[in-house]
Amino acid sequence: MSGFIEPIVGRYVHVEIGGEINRIYFEENGSGIPLVCLHTAGSDARQWRHLLADDEFTRHFRVIAFDMPWHGKSNPPDSQYGTEYRLTTASYTATIRAFCNALKLERPVVMGCSIGGRIVLNLAIEYAREFRALIGLEAADFQQPWYDTAWLNRPDVHGGEVCAALVSGLIAPGGPEASRNETLWGYKQGGPGIFKGDLYFYRVDGDLRGRIRNIDVNQCPLYLLTGEYDFSCTPEDTLRTAAGIPGARATVMERLGHFPMSENPEQFRRYIAPVLQDILNKQNS
Amino acid sequence: MESEHVHQGDGQPVLFTPDAVIAAFTAIPDLLARDVALTARGRWLDVDCLLGPSTQPFHVAIRAGQIVDMTSAPVLMRSWRFAYRATPAALAAYWQKMPPAGWHDLLALTKRGHATLEGDLHPFMTHLQYFKDLLALPRQNGFGGAS
Repeated sequence: MSGFIEPIVGRYVHVEIGGEINRIYFEENGSGIPLVCLHTAGSDARQWRHLLADDEFTRHFRVIAFDMPWHGKSNPPDSQYGTEYRLTTASYTATIRAFCNALKLERPVVMGCSIGGRIVLNLAIEYAREFRALIGLEAADFQQPWYDTAWLNRPDVHGGEVCAALVSGLIAPGGPEASRNETLWGYKQGGPGIFKGDLYFYRVDGDLRGRIRNIDVNQCPLYLLTGEYDFSCTPEDTLRTAAGIPGARATVMERLGHFPMSENPEQFRRYIAPVLQDILNKQNS
Repeated sequence: MESEHVHQGDGQPVLFTPDAVIAAFTAIPDLLARDVALTARGRWLDVDCLLGPSTQPFHVAIRAGQIVDMTSAPVLMRSWRFAYRATPAALAAYWQKMPPAGWHDLLALTKRGHATLEGDLHPFMTHLQYFKDLLALPRQNGFGGAS
């Protein structure tokens, strides 16, 4: 309907990360338990727009999604232009904690997808007490690489086209065409070298094998959900990871791939609704 | 006729015959010629490559996004810049209207070891979505595979 205004509100918050103020763009809707959503590598928080606009979820959750520095509408920090962007386990963890502190969120739930799913595991290892629950989508402690990231940022290959084409196969076939196109559009719009820089965390710095055994779900419940068509973080990767964490709950999502919240929001809703309800039940018990 | 099975992780088979896979692959130039949008996306692409079933690959000459020649390999002393070859079983699964998980993308097949990518990959990577869509063209007709 022409003229319809969505309930999502976008603002900027100034967040000190690594000694420098970052102007972070975030969108939010709803009230209740803070639910902070982390986008995938090389994309931005628009991936969460369906969850942000969900009437039922936003009755009980304050859903918040922010663009990581260098992504979407969050520019690089002033001092970093001209440098090679590289996300690390430490910088990613610091960014999430700084954002939550800047908004004064009290023990938020954090849900991340892909690199966001991986960092959720690190939050569970190092800072479980700060969070009410953690949800990792397409998350594993490690997964086998399937292409050379050098192709993502070189002057003789169009970065937007190659990034989108690489990840296009991670979307489950048969989903809504518009949602598929919108998911890939995010990849076509990323800054030069940003997807590659995110994957430094994913491929090089963020191997959590051997560390997940330190996760205690009694301090903070952990939910892992992975799409059956994700051949980057396969269901086997997630199930193997979950098997090493007593009490972690793992679900394989049918007809979904690596971008469940944006590639097929309706199908994803069937899987995330019971997780959010479980968190609510724990809150109320 | 000889018949083989493709097994998904959960064991569901895709029936095919090697001849049906080759027949489906040789239909690609005609399917591309009817796909104006895909041809247009390849308008900057000129390349000689080796594509198709690993058991019977084809030399494919592409000019301005159009396949101008496709000849079954080997051809004496014919060179190519890159090769993408997949097992007939992998192509049969890839061409399903709803391919089984893990069999639905060219690079999923290489990760699984059911396809190989060799040579100078630059033209392949500059036109990655083009090649994914080109090699998926038989999917639009619903590959039956067992005929």
